[in-house]
Amino acid sequence: MLELIDVSKATPSDTLIRSVSMRLEKGSLNILLGPTLSGKTSLMRLMAGLDRPTSGDILVDGKSVIGVPVQKRDVAMVYQQFINYPSLTVYENIASPLRVAKLDRAEIEKRVRQAARLLKLEPYLDRTPLNLSGGQQQRTAIARAFVKRASLVLLDEPLANLDYKLREELRAELPPVFAETGSILVYATTEPSESLLLGGKTATLHEGAVTQFGPTIDVYQHPANLRTAKIFSDPPLNTIRLRKAGANFVLDGGISIPVPRKSLGLADGDYIIGFRAHHLHLDPPRDEAVQIKAKVAITEITGSESFVHVDFADARWVGLVHGVRVIKPDETIPVYLVPDRFFIFDTSGALAAGPVAQAAA
Amino acid sequence: MEKTWNNKAWFMVLPVLLLVAFSAVIPLMTVVNYSVQDTFGNNQFFWAGTEWYKQILASERFHEALWRNLLFSFIVLAIEIPLGIVIALAMPRKGWTVSLCLVLMALPLLIPWNVVGTIWQVFGRVDIGLLGHTMEALGFDYNYTQDPLDAWITVVLIDVWHWTSLVALLCYAGLVAIPEAYYQAAQIDGASRWAVFRYIQLPKMNRVLLIAVLLRFMDSFMIYTEPFVVTGGGPGNSTTFLSIDLVKMAIGQFDLGPAAAMSIIYFLIILLFSWIFYTVMTNAGQDRK
Amino acid sequence: MARITLDGIAHSYLPNPKTEADFALRRMDHVWQDGGAYALLGPSGCGKTTLLNIISGLITPTHGRILFGPDDVTYLLTEQRNIAQVFQFPVIYDTMTVFDNLAFPLRNRRVPEAEIKPRVDELIQMLDLGGKAYRKARALTADEKQKISLGRGLVRHDVNAILLDEPLTVIDPHLKWELRSQLKHLHKRFGFTMIYVTHDQTEALTIADRVVVMYEGEVVQMGTPAELFERPQHTFVGYFIGSPGMNVLPCHVEGDRARLSQDFTVPLGRNYGKLTGMTELGIRPEFVRVGATGDLPVTIRAVENIGRHKIVRGHVAGRPINAILGDGDEVPAEPRASFDPARINIYSDARLVTPEAA
Repeated sequence: MLELIDVSKATPSDTLIRSVSMRLEKGSLNILLGPTLSGKTSLMRLMAGLDRPTSGDILVDGKSVIGVPVQKRDVAMVYQQFINYPSLTVYENIASPLRVAKLDRAEIEKRVRQAARLLKLEPYLDRTPLNLSGGQQQRTAIARAFVKRASLVLLDEPLANLDYKLREELRAELPPVFAETGSILVYATTEPSESLLLGGKTATLHEGAVTQFGPTIDVYQHPANLRTAKIFSDPPLNTIRLRKAGANFVLDGGISIPVPRKSLGLADGDYIIGFRAHHLHLDPPRDEAVQIKAKVAITEITGSESFVHVDFADARWVGLVHGVRVIKPDETIPVYLVPDRFFIFDTSGALAAGPVAQAAA
Repeated sequence: MEKTWNNKAWFMVLPVLLLVAFSAVIPLMTVVNYSVQDTFGNNQFFWAGTEWYKQILASERFHEALWRNLLFSFIVLAIEIPLGIVIALAMPRKGWTVSLCLVLMALPLLIPWNVVGTIWQVFGRVDIGLLGHTMEALGFDYNYTQDPLDAWITVVLIDVWHWTSLVALLCYAGLVAIPEAYYQAAQIDGASRWAVFRYIQLPKMNRVLLIAVLLRFMDSFMIYTEPFVVTGGGPGNSTTFLSIDLVKMAIGQFDLGPAAAMSIIYFLIILLFSWIFYTVMTNAGQDRK
Repeated sequence: MARITLDGIAHSYLPNPKTEADFALRRMDHVWQDGGAYALLGPSGCGKTTLLNIISGLITPTHGRILFGPDDVTYLLTEQRNIAQVFQFPVIYDTMTVFDNLAFPLRNRRVPEAEIKPRVDELIQMLDLGGKAYRKARALTADEKQKISLGRGLVRHDVNAILLDEPLTVIDPHLKWELRSQLKHLHKRFGFTMIYVTHDQTEALTIADRVVVMYEGEVVQMGTPAELFERPQHTFVGYFIGSPGMNVLPCHVEGDRARLSQDFTVPLGRNYGKLTGMTELGIRPEFVRVGATGDLPVTIRAVENIGRHKIVRGHVAGRPINAILGDGDEVPAEPRASFDPARINIYSDARLVTPEAA
């Protein structure tokens, strides 16, 4: 088990990590989700022992590892760039950490074959990395990290340099590979959809602080604050600032949206309402909805779905609807919001009330 | 950039620290020690305080040598930096000529200072040297042992010949690191050759140019071997730079006290100039907020 | 602005190409309309970058001509073609301010300063770079830098086309949304011909009016996002567009039924007659219904909850198949699958087969 206790890291000019506390269990997949420069890589460097925290403690199985150099820790890393030994075959690349560890031939053979099978590299074992596609090169790097059976494996945006479709394939292939390792896995990504596809647990990062950490689907469905909800929404979270007055949320100018029954107890005052793109409807939905008028800015079509960007008051929202919808820009259309799907944040960004549990889900 | 933290690293640095202590700090302290005392030989020392410093700073001879040094460094930088950039721009980027160019450029750098001096001493001689003889044949009255200007030209030429390729190689390294997309974008924007240089190549060479200027300044400011071998500081005192003067004073006249004080002043001047260069050049690239 | 005509364009990187396989770009004839938004979509090595370089003038094609409007530009240099380009990594002039960066292409063309000022000021407003006009460009974020790269093209009123080479690669997901809709907005506003190269289907489909799908040096389909989604002309298009991509199952077609295995057939709703060669059935995960009833038993391998819907991964007749399950729907104990007949496409040797008229 890896434990971070109130870990901070600062350089003379910058604070990189702000009092992060996390417990990473053996055999768990932990995703660090956040935009560029949110601290994902800094946090991984601390976990690996490449950097020493400015304050706080890092424990492995209950013992502090501060000051233990990275070579003495049981760590493997995979980077965004495909890093392999260019002159060695795929087989030798995967075997290299085992040769360093002086394992016997039979054991090396067994482990390399197993890793190659899991990552679909068996046909390429005799080739050198330069004769492989990007996807195969990164598979080789991943196999090398896993074959060591290190207790901690860090993957820093490993799919970012791959083609979209390859990324999609690897995302689907990786969970069973991860499940077989028994290591503590830490996986950094900027993409919410990657987090959701991989599952496990997710920590959302913002400016070096962890805004929430828990099972991925829980964090997605029940963000504890506005930051987390924003980081974990793609398309971006739709938000609007409204004032609660009795049973309605109101906006100057006469808009009034009923407060979900569950949240009627909230004190009157200003709130920030957030809801995801697929909860902005163009047709009346099954759930109880409120109709408002919004002006279309642009529509984007992906074939199966359309993204409709609309302007409402001073907010720009994105709605994700099924099928092909072409609407002329600047047209004012009715859109439907489902108050039961609202995340209601107070003005400090903390969640005041979450969505009402869905009947079937 | 972040530093990798490791206990063992300190043990690895330790030998270097010791070496620096023995080779630099302790000798420097000895020099400081000399600079505040007077001696008449026999290992007898008398406290002299800041006397030698005052004397050196007030001396005409020091001022002249310092002025010569500054002028020399200025001329050398003014020639070598632009020339180095021009050569770097003209060097090929692809093909077999690249390695040929690199080897040719590296050649002068491999020759020891005193050999360079000797080569040019012979090269410039009017009786047997190719350069001297040609100049003579062309009707120029060239003689570096008699004419101070000719002596200066010769020393500057030596330095330019010896060190321009260092500047060129550094600039070349900076140039090849510029991604192709920048040139493409400039083409599309209709940029002239000059604009490409001014707005893409020069800014991207900023870092290496800083290193080149620092290296060349410090090195040219400490020039010793070439004038020592070629002109011996003459004719008259026309090529007597600080270092040559220092040696004359310390070893020729055995004025250890003033020579030590002069060394310290000399050292501080170099430090000061390097700091100024560094600050100016790093700030030049910063954003004005 | 101009129409772009690719007249028998083909390119090989070899000096003496002989067979088809020697060509990085197989022969193609296309006309791209003035003011259109086109995306070149395909995996690495499909030839999309080669095609872009032919249009920008970095490469002279082995065969064929390229025309901007009525003019043959095949042998013109990049700077003579009046195009603009945005690269994968932002290219900006570090030492210049935002204003000077945007004014640069105009100053190079000797446009009077009095004319430059209002044009650049207006553009800065449109790019949402308001307060930053006199900041040094190097201090900006990646997305702002990309806007400047684009702005240097927009500021010139005479550009024939703007080429974008995977311009959102270094942009964070939530900013991609902003930048994409801004680009689309600017395209509508200025009406420039846009050619956008990407390997990301979402980008291609959302940006472009028409998407050109490339595979192994060939254009396998050019069409609107809806066409590509509903009627992929090639199994590769079906696989490449959509996430997950189209399910492609080998089958035997007998009239209006497709036989997936000894035991299972699927109704097609239309008659295809007798097909020879390698026949396959294509059905998108969106149109595979998994529930308690249906023609085909499914074995479920995994159910991935990706928030707004679930991806069901399983096997039908021994073949892997993906299905999409709506928000709130569950997989029953004995799941069965059915395909929406109207959404089934039949392929022979990877190409779409048109059913016989009823």
